[in-house]
Amino acid sequence: MNMQERNISDNNFEQCIKCTVCTVYCPVVPVNPLYPGPKQAGPDGERLRLKKGLYFDDTLKYCLNCKRCEVACPSGVRIGDIIQSARIRFNTESPKLRDMVLANTDFMGSIATKVAPVVNMTLGMKPVKAIMDCTMKVDSHRTFPKYSQGTFERWYKKNVKNFQDSFPRHVSFFHGCFVNYNYPQLGKDLISVMNALGYGVHLLEKEKCCGVALISNGMIDKAKRNAGVNTESIRKSVYERQMPVIGTSSTCTFTLRDEYPHLLGVANHDVRDYIELATRFIYRLIDEGKVKLVFKKGYKARIAYHTPCHMEKLGWGIFSTELLRKIPGVELTTLDSNCCGIAGTYGFKKENYKVSQAIGKPLFDQIGKLKPDFVACDCETCKWQIEMSTGYQVKNPISILAEALDLISTSEANK
Amino acid sequence: MKFDTIIIGGGLAGLICGIRLQKAGKKCAIVSAGQSAMHFSSGSFELLGRLPDGTETERPLEVLKQLPKEHPYSVIGEETVAEYAAMVPMFLEECGIKVSGSADKNSWRISPTGERKPAWLTLEEFVSLPDKDSKIGNKALIVNILGYLDFNTKFLADSFEKQGTECRIVSLKLDEMERLRKNPSEMRSTNIARVMDREEVWSKAIDQINSMIKDEDAIVLPAVFGLKDSAIIEKIRTRLGVKTYFIATMPPSVPGIRAQMRLKAEFEKCGGYFFLGDTVKGADYNEDGSIRSIETANFGNIRMYADDFVLASGSFFSKGLTATPFGIIEPVFGIDVKAEDSRDNWFDRYFWNKQNYISFGAVAKNGLHASKDGKTVWNLFLAGSIIGGYNALYEGCGGGTAIITALYAADEILKK
Repeated sequence: MNMQERNISDNNFEQCIKCTVCTVYCPVVPVNPLYPGPKQAGPDGERLRLKKGLYFDDTLKYCLNCKRCEVACPSGVRIGDIIQSARIRFNTESPKLRDMVLANTDFMGSIATKVAPVVNMTLGMKPVKAIMDCTMKVDSHRTFPKYSQGTFERWYKKNVKNFQDSFPRHVSFFHGCFVNYNYPQLGKDLISVMNALGYGVHLLEKEKCCGVALISNGMIDKAKRNAGVNTESIRKSVYERQMPVIGTSSTCTFTLRDEYPHLLGVANHDVRDYIELATRFIYRLIDEGKVKLVFKKGYKARIAYHTPCHMEKLGWGIFSTELLRKIPGVELTTLDSNCCGIAGTYGFKKENYKVSQAIGKPLFDQIGKLKPDFVACDCETCKWQIEMSTGYQVKNPISILAEALDLISTSEANK
Repeated sequence: MKFDTIIIGGGLAGLICGIRLQKAGKKCAIVSAGQSAMHFSSGSFELLGRLPDGTETERPLEVLKQLPKEHPYSVIGEETVAEYAAMVPMFLEECGIKVSGSADKNSWRISPTGERKPAWLTLEEFVSLPDKDSKIGNKALIVNILGYLDFNTKFLADSFEKQGTECRIVSLKLDEMERLRKNPSEMRSTNIARVMDREEVWSKAIDQINSMIKDEDAIVLPAVFGLKDSAIIEKIRTRLGVKTYFIATMPPSVPGIRAQMRLKAEFEKCGGYFFLGDTVKGADYNEDGSIRSIETANFGNIRMYADDFVLASGSFFSKGLTATPFGIIEPVFGIDVKAEDSRDNWFDRYFWNKQNYISFGAVAKNGLHASKDGKTVWNLFLAGSIIGGYNALYEGCGGGTAIITALYAADEILKK
């Protein structure tokens, strides 16, 4: 009998020295005793799973994939990747209808945006929420993000595409599902800011959902297909059109850069460095002395910045906060490093609602105490969670920049 | 991105150095690849427990001159070490960390297995004993939490009984803890502490202990209280009424993590930038061999510039040092390292013996400068266990060297 089916792991679990530091920083462990914790679910379990897949533990689904374990690990073990890879490899449960609805953000979005007012009204109705709660296990406490009437892409093609070539420098914009179907205003803000800095903004030849929700809901084949299409489009943008790619969502950006090669096996080493968050891109241009920002007089705001988990993993929170600090009249507090609890589609599921809110509580309490004018954050799902749980409005730093910049003078300064 | 000083390593040495510099008005960044060894803290910092020849030291400051010249204390100079040692308790207090103990005479801490180890400064919940064989009481009630395996009550009882203390071991059963036991692998100090920090839970625990006390004059508890705030320690002491000894547990260390979080918060409060989970990938140098900038994994094409750099990247555990088939190297800058050439001399096959590899590390020149290919790197300073020339474990001086070299390196930068 073969007791050891495999002896090599795709991830570096051998580097784990069992120090348990990851467990200290896992946001799920303190609130959900059913979750075995990152050390057990990750490297410890991996050792067993290499023997035989039957050692796979279904409770790995409680992992948020927030990667805080990886940020804390002193030995550089990719604990989050180990857990997610195990789910991809061994999970036999097929996704429920609910999971498919939540995960297929682009498919649902493309239908919903056509009839947005009806969908928004329907999803907001109490009886509908109750039915979804009972039949689909989508928690009734959740407010579905509103769909916009018409997509960002359509607006772009109709209104701004024709003059983007007139700028001296160019970037491609990975807008993601949120900008396209829910909140085109963020995309419009990005275009105002980048145009003022002298950059034309272009869409990728083909853009699919980054796939983060597909990965967490077990729809791996579709995630791989999306990853392939996106990476190929990014490659064309970078090498054929000489345009680096920027995004406004920390999670989409993180997925395009790191989850594709680590979890989906889609190689992107030749383009990874050209995929960047817009705040980092702008910060870098300022740092290199290539662009100038001119701000409106009299802009004033007390802002609390929340660092999303994937931003923490990217290590890029600094670029967003430094950018916001450049705005005169902004008083900025960086909130303590805590997970908001939503983790994409995780918090929408009825079975996770309580855990999700318990995880976010320290963050909500801190915002409540600070009483800022609004919260800033680079992640759309954190935005929904914080807005629902605290009542404070959450804005992307790019939108704040668009508000605070004197766009005409900035355009003049960057001619 | 430009800073005055960039510190590589976010453990005890890196944070102390950063706080010192930041308070003096420097703009500092700390780059830290993961969390630090403070998560395994014993609860005490040692100054010097033994000389390299094995002689136990009672009054560490008086024997500093007997240390070899490559020992970091010797590089700094014995008088300077004494001045810093006197200053450290106040420095820590200002960071919100209360300690007891003195550099004039070692006290004794109780290890997780009940051994007595020489200590200099001890975190507030712990009692350090005046003598190696001090008795904790005539009768002790050793209290564990049911299902918690990182607190060795039997070992502790055996060691206390050697001094003539009669011991009774009991366990607390709390509903709130039972839910943690669903996952025995995660019944860890920090998870217990998170639950225990709620007043209704620790209060219930105290009531249970009070109902179990008979004629004991000492209570022994695992140090799993006050992860974020140590205020409950004093409340528990008062409520118990009987002299209470908190004993360090097996890792992770709740008091150590609390101290680390306090130091990090203090550093950030003073305006410092802490980059966790990032790794230095390379550096570029000026013509005179000094460092101009570093490149990190997360910053990528945005380089980090500074006037001065401090290497506080630790020893082997945190990859400050790496063993390769060709020798021991310092992987960030490739600076000079002192180590035995022959692999046979790296370690002793008997685990508990003095292990030579622990004394390997970067060569510290005067002023704690690093050197590369024999040449001093004038803007690179060393702090903490990256420095070679001493055996922190054998000599019992890890905490002291970390804190004192960190303060010294910071002051050398400020002097420039």
